[in-house]
Amino acid sequence: MQYTRTVEALKEGTVIDHIPAGQGVNILRLFKLAETGERITVGLNLTSRHMGAKDIIKVENVALTEDQANELALFAPKATVNVIENFEVVKKHKLELPDTIEGIFACPNSNCISHQEPVKSFFYVKPQQKDTKMKCKYCEKVFSKDIVAVVR
Amino acid sequence: MANPLYRKNIISIPDFSREELELVVETAGQLKREPRNDLLQGKLVASCFFEPSTRTRLSFETAVQRLGGTVIGFADGGNTSAKKGETLADSIKIISSYTDAVVMRHPKEGAARLASEFSPVPVINGGDGSNQHPTQTLLDLFTIRETQGTLENLTVAFVGDLKYGRTVHSLTQALSLFGARFYFVAPEQLAMPDYICEELDEKGIEYTIVGSLDDVIPQVDILYMTRVQRERFDEADFKKIQGKYVLKAEMLKNARTNMKVLHPLPRVDEIHVDVDATQHAYYFEQAKNGVFARQALLSLVLNETV
Ligand SMILES: [Zn+2]
Repeated sequence: MQYTRTVEALKEGTVIDHIPAGQGVNILRLFKLAETGERITVGLNLTSRHMGAKDIIKVENVALTEDQANELALFAPKATVNVIENFEVVKKHKLELPDTIEGIFACPNSNCISHQEPVKSFFYVKPQQKDTKMKCKYCEKVFSKDIVAVVR
Repeated sequence: MANPLYRKNIISIPDFSREELELVVETAGQLKREPRNDLLQGKLVASCFFEPSTRTRLSFETAVQRLGGTVIGFADGGNTSAKKGETLADSIKIISSYTDAVVMRHPKEGAARLASEFSPVPVINGGDGSNQHPTQTLLDLFTIRETQGTLENLTVAFVGDLKYGRTVHSLTQALSLFGARFYFVAPEQLAMPDYICEELDEKGIEYTIVGSLDDVIPQVDILYMTRVQRERFDEADFKKIQGKYVLKAEMLKNARTNMKVLHPLPRVDEIHVDVDATQHAYYFEQAKNGVFARQALLSLVLNETV
């Protein structure tokens, strides 16, 4: 069955497609999409010709910003983010890793001062050949992105 | 023109440029040769030890007072408002409003960086958990320059606990700005962390991982010893490595004449006392240099020109 039939077309909003299967729910939680109060359609484990299985999220009336799209690149680098107006794609975000990422992920170092103080977490993102590394601005520890970019 | 460290926060060695490191080392040398008692005249410095460290605190407070400044503060954060649930951010806002600079030590990593975001006056990191202790690195650099006459192209061996030793990590980063080459001598369990080795690879700095202390002694200008803590091992593993990272006077026979042995102190038994009397021992002078390095830093941070 094709997803175009399982998930109906969107008039206004954002379609996040080609999410690796299993990450869809994480993205919903992390970006607090449900808290927007808008209607959201989620497809999980849909068949994809290129990826085998994928997740898809459609959010009505919310246009994801460039920054948000780039944050997505951390754990769904091949996702596509299309902003829709009047059933037409008006913007295709090109996902690029951000240089820094603020306030989304907690520092994995439990002895890091950022946990108990009135500050947002802050990481410098350093793409490397094999892996993307993230360095906490406060404790200066460097982590593989897979250790940081998880929903706690 | 103001010196580049004027009103700067001193949080972490990777924040320093090569020129800034040289400036601190140069200034420390000047102050050791010609002591000054006026550079901090009229300045009040907060000395905030949220965790006790007698050695570092006395060295900082000596530095301030020798320069004619005054100190307020506390030696053991256990008695302060932190215990009552006040955030560090709030404590620092208040303390910094009284003083011209804040020297602090804290058990959590990142505490000094965070404090600097809430302080209108410069924050100087006297150690934040297992993260950074920049003034230790500055005094090490000063000592190395003093004994070798240069920081350029030196060969340096680090021995002992290279995994948890933050002084070793920072000094490696600093010396790599000056084209050093390194030998790392450590038990497998306490090897230099990958991220430091990767940084050295990126910068094209040469380093060699060596099993035996004897092999490196004739090759180096500086032998930097650290303590291997028994607690890091189970009994059987400790027996295997025990004694392998201990320096004795007889081992220094083939050392270069300019070679100096350094250690951040306190030592336990990793440097035998018979080394103390050799021409290579320099760790007590190194500890004394801590006051000059901290004087240099405070002077530069609190004066446009020194
Ligand atoms: Zn952290």
